Amino acid sequence: MIASRSGRDGFLPVLRAEWTKFRTVRGWVAAMSAAALMMVLVALLAGMSGGPRNGSPVPIGPGGEAVTDSFYLAHRTLSGDGGITVAVASLETVLPSGPGGMEPGVVPWAKAGIIFKRSTDQGSSYVAIMVTPGHGVRMQYDYTGDIAGPASPTAAPRWLRLERSGDAVTGYASADGTRWTEVATVRPRDLGGTVHGGLFVASPASVDGPGTLPSVSTADFTGLGVHGGWSAADWTGTQIGPDSPTFAGYPPPASGAFTDDGGRLTLTGSGDIAPATREILATGGTLRDILTGTFPALVAVMVVGTLFITTEYRQNLIHVTLTADPGRGRTLAAKAIVLAVAAFATGLTGALAGGLLGTWLAEAGGVYVFPVPLSAALRVALGTAALLAAASVLALAAGAILRRGAAAVTAVFAVVVLPYLLIAVPFTPSAVSNAVARMTPGAAFAVQQTLTPYDQVDSVYTPYTGYYPLEPWAGLAVLAVYAAAGLTAAAVLLRRRDA
Amino acid sequence: MNPLMRRERGPLSGPGIVVAGLRKRYGSAQALDGMSFSVRPGVVTGFVGPNGAGKSTTMRAILGLSAVEAGTALIGGTPYRRLRRPLTHVGSLLDAGALHPGRSARDHLLWLAHSQGLGARRVDAVIGQVGLASVAGRKAGGFSLGMRQRLGIAAALLGDPPIVMLDEPFNGMDPEGIIWMRGLLRGLAGQGRAVLVSSHLMSEVQDTAGHLVVAGRGRAVADASVAELVASASGGRVVLRTTAAARAMGLLARAGATVASDGGESVTVAGLSAERVVALLNTNAVPFSEVSAHRASLEEVYLELTREAVEYRAATSEVPR
Repeated sequence: MIASRSGRDGFLPVLRAEWTKFRTVRGWVAAMSAAALMMVLVALLAGMSGGPRNGSPVPIGPGGEAVTDSFYLAHRTLSGDGGITVAVASLETVLPSGPGGMEPGVVPWAKAGIIFKRSTDQGSSYVAIMVTPGHGVRMQYDYTGDIAGPASPTAAPRWLRLERSGDAVTGYASADGTRWTEVATVRPRDLGGTVHGGLFVASPASVDGPGTLPSVSTADFTGLGVHGGWSAADWTGTQIGPDSPTFAGYPPPASGAFTDDGGRLTLTGSGDIAPATREILATGGTLRDILTGTFPALVAVMVVGTLFITTEYRQNLIHVTLTADPGRGRTLAAKAIVLAVAAFATGLTGALAGGLLGTWLAEAGGVYVFPVPLSAALRVALGTAALLAAASVLALAAGAILRRGAAAVTAVFAVVVLPYLLIAVPFTPSAVSNAVARMTPGAAFAVQQTLTPYDQVDSVYTPYTGYYPLEPWAGLAVLAVYAAAGLTAAAVLLRRRDA
Repeated sequence: MNPLMRRERGPLSGPGIVVAGLRKRYGSAQALDGMSFSVRPGVVTGFVGPNGAGKSTTMRAILGLSAVEAGTALIGGTPYRRLRRPLTHVGSLLDAGALHPGRSARDHLLWLAHSQGLGARRVDAVIGQVGLASVAGRKAGGFSLGMRQRLGIAAALLGDPPIVMLDEPFNGMDPEGIIWMRGLLRGLAGQGRAVLVSSHLMSEVQDTAGHLVVAGRGRAVADASVAELVASASGGRVVLRTTAAARAMGLLARAGATVASDGGESVTVAGLSAERVVALLNTNAVPFSEVSAHRASLEEVYLELTREAVEYRAATSEVPR
């Protein structure tokens, strides 16, 4: 009689048998198909919900990303090379307090400084150097570029200088106007031959727990000096992007202003010149929103994953399974592979079809969808598929460990669905939702993140708004670790226990 | 040594099952307590005993489903869990209800076939063999117990195994099904297969089995051919039919026999051969109409052998210690 200790020659038949088992229970195949269908249906609903009618377009930066480009500018034009120097004498911020009232406050990323901008159109290329209350001197360009200057001095005045030479713009900072430190030289993407140069003040919203408050900042400038091809006109005060989806406007009764009081120039402004976050562009959609159907699909896939083994225990079919193949770990592995492949195919189909159709519908309906590079779109589709696959394996492991359907379904819901819900409700404290999104299997939803958090923008970066604490693949890895640990425990128990 | 335990007769002539010294405990209950027997090819071995005697536990141990604390169960010299394509070595049916109710009968056999590297043709062959061809596409959840038993038999035969092991296959079968099952079992043994069939009712297997293993309290209390069992239980007793029962009993008792009367014309005599009884009766002119060897029924043998086990359990359950 031929006896075989191992495995390799025996694995393919077991795999095939488990596949046959899976596909011959109509309910399981139907549930998987329904899961993919739900992803598509939810995506279609999300896409059809439509956007604001006749609203201003979302400003897009030179890199293709949504931006905030609403601030107060006092400017002239500069043709060709030239420079500008100024001292920021003061920068003060006020925040709304009660109806119609304002009180002094601190907004770390309030900005007062000098800027070269291609045009006064929103989203145009720029380079700027500025002082901030909380982050020292910064040199920023094209919305996403941010370079730290000297951290101190915090004492006013702080001197700033921009020099343009061809494509390159160099920023300098100084504490006294005589000893200068070069901050950086940058080449903005598309500055053009003639720029609007001058002074600016921006005052982004103050992050206040799960929401924000609009702020207004006022800066005094002294010692303004220019050289090079500047126009002869007077400095003109302009509110850039007064009507914009990424600008909430001035809290009444404040408004933007520019005064020139004999060499002491004063600007009052609100808004920001920075990449837009989800909080600022609340009407924007994300691929994650469109793929909300992942959640019902996840539930369906996990129920099937659990039942794939608990029905065997319920019916004593496990005895037949283990007499057909006494290699218990092998049998469990075959089940896991079959489930994972089925769930992966489900997730990939749902994510691709839902993502494409939903995005297309949403954009056709006037909704701004945060742009997703192809690599990120592929990552979301494959990652969503992998999320469902790993969750189904975790459910299988729970089923093998607990051996009863109701108990196993409850257990996997507790470790996967509950974290998802904690993340999905807006009132969960961010510390809690961030911890949940780090340590529980719910971390895997990070794989659907398409938003970029920016160090130079204070915003509400919580899993609820679409920003996860872990990198996409790292989040998925957390779930994968849970699934692998569960499956290992299940294999050990399956070997050790009587069937 | 128990005279009903088989003496060693050398190696098996073909693949069979050898169970030796199995011990297993469930909590405080000793489910198996040195269970030993063997199953030979070419004969149906009945595995009988009261419920709880350890029959199912033994079968599960043979199939590697339950671990044992001591002893071995070998299939042709190999533990089940080391068999490659095990269903081609041993076909088994433990529980006719062991199927997914939403899967068709054919699909149930199909995945089993795939697990052994077999194809759909073999599935169709066994479905026909057990008479389920007309319902093969129906969900097995709607099957009667009898139909499920047939499906279970089909699964056991799928790999055309030289060893077939069935746990209570007669359960839920209608009379026609029982007759079919008996024919099938005889046929399988006739093809040279080793067949082990368990039952808690001797009547179900007595006409089919050529060999019997009687289980009681987790061990085999008898492992012998049906003929040996009957002979041992009959114990050389002689049945005498006479109108002069009292005279005959006195006479035979004085000659050294142990006699028992049923109160009528029938007297059971132990300790004297039939020839000696006839000679004594003739010499003393006691009339009689019949002298014959007593033939015990298998049911009697079974009850005799398993009484101890049943009484033991009754006692332990009633007298708390």
